[in-house]
Amino acid sequence: MSNRPPLEFHVPEPPARPGQLSEIAGTVVPEAGLVRRPDALSSSVDLRDLPFELIRVLDDDGQAIGPWDPRLSPERLRQGLKAMLLTRAFDDRLFRAHRQGKTSFYMKSTGEEAIGAAQSLALEPQDMCFPTYRVMSWLHARGYPLVDMVNQIFSNERDPLRGRQLPILFSARDYGFYSLSGNLGTRYGHAVGWAMASAYRQIDSIALAYSGEGTTAEGDFHEALTFAAVYRAPVILCVTNNQWAISSFAGLAGTENTTFAARAIGYGMPGLRVDGNDFLAVTAATQWAAERARGNMGPTLIEFYTYRVAGHSTSDDPTRYRPREEAEQWPLGDPVARLQQHLISIGEWDDERHSALLAEIDAQVRSAVREAEAVGTLGKSKPPLSEMFEGVFAEPDWRLIEQRSEIGAGNA
Amino acid sequence: MRELNMVKAINDALGVMLAHDPNVLIFGEDVGYFGGVFRATEGLQAKHGLKRCFDTPIAEGGIIATAIGMGVQGLRPVPEIQFADYILPAFDQLVSEAARLRYRSGGEFWAPITVRSPYGGGIFGGQTHSQSPEAIFAHVTGLKTVIPSTPYDAKGLLIAAIECDDPVIFLEPKRLYNGPFDGHHDREIASWAGHPAAQVPEGHYTVPLGKAAIVRPGEAVTVLAYGTMVHVALAAVADAGVDAEVVDLRSIVPLDIETILASVNKTGRCVIVHEASRFGGFGGELSALIQERCFYGLETPIERVAGWDTPYPHAFEWDYFPGPGRIAAALRRVMESN
Repeated sequence: MSNRPPLEFHVPEPPARPGQLSEIAGTVVPEAGLVRRPDALSSSVDLRDLPFELIRVLDDDGQAIGPWDPRLSPERLRQGLKAMLLTRAFDDRLFRAHRQGKTSFYMKSTGEEAIGAAQSLALEPQDMCFPTYRVMSWLHARGYPLVDMVNQIFSNERDPLRGRQLPILFSARDYGFYSLSGNLGTRYGHAVGWAMASAYRQIDSIALAYSGEGTTAEGDFHEALTFAAVYRAPVILCVTNNQWAISSFAGLAGTENTTFAARAIGYGMPGLRVDGNDFLAVTAATQWAAERARGNMGPTLIEFYTYRVAGHSTSDDPTRYRPREEAEQWPLGDPVARLQQHLISIGEWDDERHSALLAEIDAQVRSAVREAEAVGTLGKSKPPLSEMFEGVFAEPDWRLIEQRSEIGAGNA
Repeated sequence: MRELNMVKAINDALGVMLAHDPNVLIFGEDVGYFGGVFRATEGLQAKHGLKRCFDTPIAEGGIIATAIGMGVQGLRPVPEIQFADYILPAFDQLVSEAARLRYRSGGEFWAPITVRSPYGGGIFGGQTHSQSPEAIFAHVTGLKTVIPSTPYDAKGLLIAAIECDDPVIFLEPKRLYNGPFDGHHDREIASWAGHPAAQVPEGHYTVPLGKAAIVRPGEAVTVLAYGTMVHVALAAVADAGVDAEVVDLRSIVPLDIETILASVNKTGRCVIVHEASRFGGFGGELSALIQERCFYGLETPIERVAGWDTPYPHAFEWDYFPGPGRIAAALRRVMESN
């Protein structure tokens, strides 16, 4: 007979469900400015403490402090603020367009706008990002034409993706934005292969890939990290830990007792854990990892600690699985408000300019939506039917030619 | 001109492409220093360098994901999956990514990868070294699926596949690597020596994808086959004493529908042969296409000779394998019925 208690089957649960007291406000957040900033070309062996820290630059008063302060120009800060505000305004308008029946689907990135915006501005035009659907701020930061984006979301005649892809699963090669897909994690390894190609060709182009924290459980994640480490690929591998994968909390991806950044240690690469709601910290970490990649020191894994304020998509209702007040209580605050506060605190921004910028963005978004609506919303307009048969192969084979003719969209 | 077996012809094609195009990279499990478990990449690393032909971690999904990413940047990767039985971990990458990329991105991105993989049975490899998964890939729109049956075709088709801008699954009938196996497993093993299709030119040449070969002209019945089954069908035709027209499809996507229809319209009879299990196999598609397009030209029902609908068994290798006896019996049935 043994005195041991019987085995217990552990199924993780988030700290609170709807109707329960959210514990998120009590999360202990390390102060800004405390984490050391080692030389970017350090050996990964000397960086094993970093995945358990939280790199923050902006403090509670909006001051930029500590060694990770990227010392960006006020112009660059305003550029970032504009990209984030534009992302938010665009999201709100297009979410509404979905509710008005103008499209089938939409996904917002509310609360996570700093990540794509800061990284888009931190990398070079010849670099390539392998995005998730929640980094649209990458495109907004690089000035992707809003009307083309709305045309894609409406799948109308002027849709740059020719009516073939779900709304917001963009592709924008000229903006360093790889083709999105609804399958999770499948492009993480493409970023590694793309980066290996840069190294093979000896061109100065690095890759940056995104994965949600939930997707880190996919085998693709492990394989991509393995290849990146083995071939020392010049790639920045990002995990946007926004706490929720639809209704599954981050603990279900295996981090009840560790961090996502700490996954890096097992692969022998550096892992940074970064305040994802801090535009400056995101920029600094990205610059550090980019310097490392361009210096032949290989990949870096960066966990961006953030919060998914909106639902997963237009098909989701987060009040069914998490406390309603959790988003407001998120201890790292709102990335837009924090950058705005910083700009004001350094005397480079004020309420008047902010209101003027909001009005300008509102007009831009309205105008783009109006222009796209004039072309047509989903079902009211679409590209020529022959487009359905294009792009399956470089050249259509006889099946596609016959079927195109059968449907009345071209000659056999 | 020199005589090469199929594995040497494949090695030759890879060597030609490495020399011809700096964007061609070859990689996979054991393919680098060692030269591959079937020797297909033997000597390539020594001749062309570590960075042109290298080993990978044992991760088929990662191999194909990496290849796609390289392809997107303009390289022409030729990854090897050691056995087609091991390709399934990469299935998501092939189906959801390689095959869809050009379409979903509005033509902005594509990945010209050629995935080489030995497939098929007849080697006592049991179920994890013998399967024929071609129908699974043929069903995936956006992928091309190519299967050579001779050294000459293997080299020309492989070069054409590498130069093709679409993703290609290149299935190599491993039982044919060293000789034109005709299914008579109890007879002496034949080598490629003396076979006309083992005459392989030096340097660069292509055999176009989507063009079948009539390997034996005939008037009485059409036999459609690919890979190892081309040779088994030829033996069966000789055994049955039938004036059959044997068509080697060479690629199942794109499919040479014109050659198939012309032959069946001429003979009025058709036997379809493949190693893969029958239900849902590629023979079903061939049969449907022929029924749709030359029903009134058919004298008798179409016959399919295929692997049984079981996993590939070890002890029952020759009971499972659609050998010349089963094919000859089908030929006789088709000729006798009207």
